[in-house]
Amino acid sequence: MAGKPVLHYFNARGRMECIRWLLAAAGVEFEEKFIQSPEDLEKLKKDGNLMFDQVPMVEIDGMKLAQTRAILNYIATKYDLYGKDMKERALIDMYSEGILDLTEMIGQLVLCPPDQREAKTALAKDRTKNRYLPAFEKVLKSHGQDYLVGNRLTRVDIHLLEVLLYVEEFDASLLTPFPLLKAFKSRISSLPNVKKFLQPGSQRKPPMDAKQIQEARKAFKIQ
Amino acid sequence: MAGKPVLHYFNARGRMECIRWLLAAAGVEFEEKFIQSPEDLEKLKKDGNLMFDQVPMVEIDGMKLVQTRAILNYIATKYDLYGKDMKERALIDMYTEGILDLTEMIGQLVLCPPDQREAKTALAKDRTKNRYLPAFEKVLKSHGQDYLVGNRLTRVDVHLLELLLYVEELDASLLTPFPLLKAFKSRISSLPNVKKFLHPGSQRKPPLDAKQIEEARKVFKF
Repeated sequence: MAGKPVLHYFNARGRMECIRWLLAAAGVEFEEKFIQSPEDLEKLKKDGNLMFDQVPMVEIDGMKLAQTRAILNYIATKYDLYGKDMKERALIDMYSEGILDLTEMIGQLVLCPPDQREAKTALAKDRTKNRYLPAFEKVLKSHGQDYLVGNRLTRVDIHLLEVLLYVEEFDASLLTPFPLLKAFKSRISSLPNVKKFLQPGSQRKPPMDAKQIQEARKAFKIQ
Repeated sequence: MAGKPVLHYFNARGRMECIRWLLAAAGVEFEEKFIQSPEDLEKLKKDGNLMFDQVPMVEIDGMKLVQTRAILNYIATKYDLYGKDMKERALIDMYTEGILDLTEMIGQLVLCPPDQREAKTALAKDRTKNRYLPAFEKVLKSHGQDYLVGNRLTRVDVHLLELLLYVEELDASLLTPFPLLKAFKSRISSLPNVKKFLHPGSQRKPPLDAKQIEEARKVFKF
């Protein structure tokens, strides 16, 4: 059980990508077992490997962990990326939750029915520009340090970098008014483990387009 | 700052109720400042009290914490309701996330447009009966202990009790096939702090009906 964590998910970002990012940033090698057919998913369920019948699932240290946040919390704790005390962890959790909310809002756009996409995209841009990015720019300004919490790398720095890259994919001009966030993005991107994950050939996943999503939905009968 | 936590939210369950439950179960007295008008909410925002401009917000130990999970995690850690080690916490988190998902699914039904309510209610009942309750019945069966993790009270026991009460409100017959969960519900309900919270006059909030939600929607434009 001292082997590499094994990640069970589709070959896509979805709810596993933030876990991939965190493991990579921690310098932890991991193995992936992609779910490629409904039978693959059904077997995981039948074998009792998925509490709540849901993925992502990560096999780590003898556990079969489901639920993205539970997995992230465990990895962050194990690899000392979760702050030095209770109060730092509270800030990390608060910031992480905001980031996960925005990540989901952006990530859902590609799943969105066409008649809703324009309105949802406008909302996502508004929230990015007027709520989330200002909040984090303000954190960086308030303490003038290189990392969001405790002046050292924690999970929330990784989560924020990930979402900034999605924002950039989405509409690069959204980052323009936020110089401290742009500097943060460069800084965290330059960390050795992160730099490696950003290189082609890493286990990072590309965005899917609407057609690929549609095909996956048919294959897995997701509504 | 060593005073009581102060909770800022509407006078309703919503995303604050699980926090009220956890504080109550921990025996922690708290104060509530209800948001009763759009101006109340606007003032909280303008004064910079809400990171991400959202409630719930809890003032505790000099912090103004937002995000339900961040608040719950802090309270659970502070009051030693979060397991004895990393692995217990992982189980607690996994179970908690499942419970929060189902709590939200049930809680959203009252917000649901009428044309969708029947289908969403059917889905919520199916998930309750075929996914979530079996999963927790199985946990209790697998170790035969009184609590879900580590054989002592943790946050997840409080969250599960809260959820079972909502399931009962939704459709009491859903609990019938799950004897261990029913026994769990009785057991946790009998703990002194929990029993007190279940009594009338506590800070526990009743369900809102669709009309009350509609009125709140008009006032707050959500």
